[in-house]
Amino acid sequence: MARYLFLIPILPFAGFLVNGLAGRRLPRWAVSLVGCAGPTAAAVLAGLAFSEVAAGPASVLQASLGDWIRAGRDFHVPLALSLDRLSGVMALVVTGVGTLIHVYSIGYMREDPGYARFFAYLNLFMAAMLVLVLADNILLLFLGWEGVGLCSYLLIGFWYKDLSNCDAGIKAFVVNRIGDFGFILGVFLIFITFGTFELEAIDSRAAAAAARDPLVMKAIALLLFLGATGKSAQIPLYVWLPDAMAGPTPVSALIHAATMVTSGVYLLARLDQLFLASGALPVVAWIGALTALLAALIALAQTDIKKVLAYSTVSQLGYMFLACGVAAFPVAIFHLVTHAFFKAVLFLGAGAVIHSLHHEQDMRRMGGLFRRIPLTGAVFLAGALALSGFPLTSGFFSKDEILHETLSGGQGLLYSVGLTTAVLTAFYAFRQFALVFLGTYRGAGAERGDAHGGGHGTFPPRSPRGDEHTFPPRSPRGDEHTFPPRSPRGDEHGHGAHEIHGSPPSMMAPLAVLAFLALCGGFLAVPHFLAGSGETAAHAAAGTAGAEGQVTGWIVGGAATVLGILAALGLFVWRPALRERIVQGTAGGRLLARLSLDKLYVDELYDALVVKPFWFLSHVLFLVIDRFVIDFACVRGTGLLARTLGAALGRLQTGKIPSYAFYFVGGVLVLMTLVLWAAG
Amino acid sequence: MIPHLSLSFCLYVSAALFAIGVYGVLSRQNLIVILMSLELMLNAVNLSTIAFGRAFLPASPPDPSGPQVFVVMVLAVAAAEAAVGLSILLAVFRKWRTTHAGRIDMLKG
Repeated sequence: MARYLFLIPILPFAGFLVNGLAGRRLPRWAVSLVGCAGPTAAAVLAGLAFSEVAAGPASVLQASLGDWIRAGRDFHVPLALSLDRLSGVMALVVTGVGTLIHVYSIGYMREDPGYARFFAYLNLFMAAMLVLVLADNILLLFLGWEGVGLCSYLLIGFWYKDLSNCDAGIKAFVVNRIGDFGFILGVFLIFITFGTFELEAIDSRAAAAAARDPLVMKAIALLLFLGATGKSAQIPLYVWLPDAMAGPTPVSALIHAATMVTSGVYLLARLDQLFLASGALPVVAWIGALTALLAALIALAQTDIKKVLAYSTVSQLGYMFLACGVAAFPVAIFHLVTHAFFKAVLFLGAGAVIHSLHHEQDMRRMGGLFRRIPLTGAVFLAGALALSGFPLTSGFFSKDEILHETLSGGQGLLYSVGLTTAVLTAFYAFRQFALVFLGTYRGAGAERGDAHGGGHGTFPPRSPRGDEHTFPPRSPRGDEHTFPPRSPRGDEHGHGAHEIHGSPPSMMAPLAVLAFLALCGGFLAVPHFLAGSGETAAHAAAGTAGAEGQVTGWIVGGAATVLGILAALGLFVWRPALRERIVQGTAGGRLLARLSLDKLYVDELYDALVVKPFWFLSHVLFLVIDRFVIDFACVRGTGLLARTLGAALGRLQTGKIPSYAFYFVGGVLVLMTLVLWAAG
Repeated sequence: MIPHLSLSFCLYVSAALFAIGVYGVLSRQNLIVILMSLELMLNAVNLSTIAFGRAFLPASPPDPSGPQVFVVMVLAVAAAEAAVGLSILLAVFRKWRTTHAGRIDMLKG
C-alpha cells in the first residue's frame, strides 16, 4: 500500500491538470467526472491506507521518491510521504469531506461560466492539502501549506469580476503571508537546531533540545504558532477568514471551514512533543480561548448567513487551539474532525439556502424557510445542533472533551471562557437557525416580487452571465429553476424565476451524508484511537482517570448548550419584543449589539494601527525615494548630467588644429608637472 | 672638442629651441610654419641627446648604440614626417585653397 501513497495527492493533481488545461473544451459532464474522480479515488486510497495503519498499533506507511532538494553535505530534503494514525485521520477527513463537497459543487456551480476553472482549483487544493497532511518533512509540509494558501486566494477571488472579491482574496493572501513569515523562520530555526526537516525526528528530539536550549525551542514553537494563527485564523491574524466568504459557498465549506483552516491545528498536533517541550502551550491556550470568545461575540449579531458561520469557524478553531494549549492534542483533532462534519453541513446548507433564494445572503430577508425547503432545513438543524454541542451530537462530545481537558488541566479561567463561549455558540447557532428557517419569510420576493433589488451586504448578486468573456453566454435552458432571473425587474408578480425552490440531488445527497456524520460523528473514538499510537499515552491515561469528571462535564456542557438554544429561540422566535427591548432599551444591550455587528472594530483597529501607517510610510517613500531619488536624481539626473557635461565639453572640440595643439601642450605640461612633483 | 661648450649650455640652447618650436606651433596659423616649428622641436631634442651622449659616454671607442644612432633615426623619421606632412598640406591646399590652420575645422564632428 505504501507504494501507492503518492497516488493520493497525485490523483487530484491530475484532475487539476486535465480540467485546468483542457476543461474549457470539455463538456460539463466530463469536467464533473474528472473533477470528482480524483478526490474520490484519493478517498478510496486513503481509506485503504488508513485501514492498514489502523490495524497495527504504531504502524506507519512511508513512501519516498528520492531527494527533492540536495545541497551541500548536510542539506537534503527527501520527497517523502508518510501516513500514520494522525495524518491518516486528516487524510480521511480531507478526502472524505472534500469528495462530498466536490459532488455538491456539481449542483451548486452548475450554471457558472467558470465551471471547469472551479473544479481545477478545487482539485489543486485537494492535492496541496494532501501534500500538507501526508508530508514526511516540514519543508514538504510547507509546500502544501503554501499550495493551499494559493488555492484559497484563487478561490476567494473566484468571481474576479467583482473587485471586492479580489480584495478579499488579496487580504487573505497578505494576512497569511505574515503568518507564513513566522512559519518559515521557525523552519530555519528547526534546521539550525536539529539539522533535519523530518517531522518525526524533530518531534522525538524536541525534549532533549529543549533541555539544552529552552529559549530557542520557545522561539521555534511561537514562530510555528504564528504560522498556525495565520492559516487557522486566530488572534491576531483571523481577520481574513470572514472576508474569505466572498468565495463560492463550496469553497467556504471545504477550504475555509473543514480542511485548510485546520492545518494549523494539524501542525501543532503533528509536532506535539515539540510544543509540549517548548513551554509555549499557555500562549496557545490563551490565544485559542480568547479567539473562541471574541469570534463568538462577533457572530452574535452578524446578518450575513455566511459571516455567522465564518466567525463560528474562527471560534471553533479557537477551541481546537485551546485543546492543543492544554496538551490535549488528540482531542483537538477530534474536534477538528467533528467540526469538519458539522461546519461542512452548515456551510453547504447555507449554500443550499442561498441557492434556493437566488443568491440572497442577508438573513434579515429570510425566515420561515423550513416549510419551503424542509430537507435543507433538516440538515441545517443537524449542523446547528452539532455546532451548539447539543447532547449526543458530534460537537457535544468533542467540545466537552476539550472543556473537560481544560478543567482537569487545572485551567479554571480558561474553562470558564470556554464554557461561556459554548453558551454563546449555541445562542448564535440557533439565532441563525431561527432567522433563516423559523418565523415568517421576510425576503423581498415576499412583498416586492424582486429577490434582487437591494444588493446590500457585502455581496452584490453577481450576474449569472458574461462573467467570463471567454465563454459564450450559456443557452437559457433550465435557467428558471436554477439561477437568478434574467427577466426584467418589472416582473412584479414574480413567479417562476423568483420562486423558492429546493436543491438538486447532487447537492442534497452530500448534505445528507454530512448531516448524518455531524449527528453521529461523536461516537468515533478519535482521541483514544490517536492516543493508541503511543505518542500521547499519558494523556489518554489521564483522560480515563477523570471519567467521573467527564459525566459532570457532560451535564454542565449540555446545560450550557440548552441554555444558549433556549435563549436564542426565546429572543428570536417566542418573544421578539423582549429582544427589541434589550437591544434598543438598555445601554448594555445596545453596546453589545453595536460592537458585535461592527465586529468589535478589529478591522478598524488594524486599519489604524497597521494599514494606515503602512500606507503613510509607503506614501512618504513614494515621494522621497521613488519620486525624488529614483525619478529625479537617478533617472532624470543622469540624463541631465550627461547633457550638461556634453554641452560644456563639446565647446572644447573646435575642430581647429591650433586649439588641439594647445590642449596637447597643456596636457604635456600638466603631466610633466605631475611627474616632477611625484619625483621631487 | 670645444671646452666652452658645456652640457648645461647645450641644454639651454636645446630648451630655447624647443620653446621656440612650441611657441611656433601654438601661435602661428600657417600650416607650413607650424610644420617648420615641429622640425625645430625635433632638432632641439636631437641636440640634447647629442649633448647628453657627449657628457656621459666615452668618446672612444665609438658606441654603435650611442646617441648618434638615435639622432640619425630621428632625422630619418623627421624627413618622412615632413614628406607626409607636406603632401597632406598640398592636398589640403588643393581642397580649400588655404594653408591657414584656423580655417580648417573639419575635425569638428
